[in-house]
Amino acid sequence: MINRIVRTMAEAMAGIADGAVVLLGGFGSVGQPQALIDGLIEHGAKDLTVVANNAGSGGEGLAKLLAMGRVRKIVCSYPRSPSATVFEDLYKAGRIELELVPQGTLAERMRAAGAGVQAFFTPTSYGTKLAAGKETREINGRNCVLEYALSGDVALIEAWQGDRWGNLTYRRSGRNFNPVMATAARLTVAQTQHIVELGALDAEAVVTPGIFVDRVIHVPYGDPPL
Amino acid sequence: MPETSSVAFKPLGRAAMAERLARDIPEGWYVNLGIGIPTLVADHVPLDREVIFHSENGVLGMGPAPAAEHIDPWLINAGKQHVTLRQGGCFVHHADSFAMIRGGHLDLCVLGAYQVATNGDIANWATSENDTAPAVGGAMDLAVGAKRLWVVMEQTTREGHARLVNRLSYPATALAVVKRVYTNLAVFEVTERGFVVLDMIAGLSFAALQARSEAKLHLPS
Repeated sequence: MINRIVRTMAEAMAGIADGAVVLLGGFGSVGQPQALIDGLIEHGAKDLTVVANNAGSGGEGLAKLLAMGRVRKIVCSYPRSPSATVFEDLYKAGRIELELVPQGTLAERMRAAGAGVQAFFTPTSYGTKLAAGKETREINGRNCVLEYALSGDVALIEAWQGDRWGNLTYRRSGRNFNPVMATAARLTVAQTQHIVELGALDAEAVVTPGIFVDRVIHVPYGDPPL
Repeated sequence: MPETSSVAFKPLGRAAMAERLARDIPEGWYVNLGIGIPTLVADHVPLDREVIFHSENGVLGMGPAPAAEHIDPWLINAGKQHVTLRQGGCFVHHADSFAMIRGGHLDLCVLGAYQVATNGDIANWATSENDTAPAVGGAMDLAVGAKRLWVVMEQTTREGHARLVNRLSYPATALAVVKRVYTNLAVFEVTERGFVVLDMIAGLSFAALQARSEAKLHLPS
């Protein structure tokens, strides 16, 4: 019997090595796998490369992971938050590397990784500082920049419902990067608000099929409206 | 900046700029609004004119902010404010959301900017003197991907420097993409000739407007 549901955070984090590339779902704090980030902090892996849209807010979660010095490099589109200066302080002190990527290119690089596409040409960022040093080509009359697929050793994602095969649904804009990241990592771990019996999910409504998911951990934190 | 004649005009405020731009959005368009004044545009499109707003974090058919008791913590816009979903709206993941943007499916994107050059280059993501960590978000994708890019911004900086320029001095977001500029003084079409004035606020002379632009302005031919 296939059972991807794990009971403890230690099982969820097992095998995440120092130096790993970690894809972290979420847009701001919505859809961010808060419990898994806390689990990663507890697990202790260091020298990480984190791929996430933002670089943490407040003092918890990713901001805390950064403050603890566990992250060597962040790949990010918008590492700025009114409620956190942790990343900026580290960046100004030269203690963290930043690869700034346009948001759509970031999503597409992970989609490419998940789909086996090694690289692609896109007009986004052509003629800007973010294209410096990259290969360019005119295709169908448009100037394009070559961007490489971006895969992770592990993806930590948040979903709404999950079953023991790892099929997942999401809630509203909490979907964001999570389904894309699930496809792009060698190990995908999902925290879900609900666990349901196999067969309970509407097959038409499954967003991430279990083939992309290795571990599911049940982390209920209250159904909205809160 | 030379002051021309007596000032007999009143520049538009932020809401009025958004209202002026909203007038030009027809029913049926799919529209992405950037952060700042662009976000206000949605407030000036009447609900019976069906314009479908897209938010880059995966919301198509976004509605206005909810009353406090109806906030859903899982439903935010690109500016991370709570929003609602209109009937007929739906959610997508980030790669699909940016496929809508980068694949040319949006009729219009409205962005704020620091500068727009006479050939349609836009600078809106970084200032050269900025000492904070750089952040770009979805600006570069939106600028090249939408069918039309309109910019809404003040005519000049707080210090009085022109924002309509011959060449960008700030880092570019995208090249030759801006189609229109809405400022607190006028509306401009970006054409082969450069900036063509489509509309001006009452009491403003063309000379006074030109005095507030580094780039040469043209009247419609």
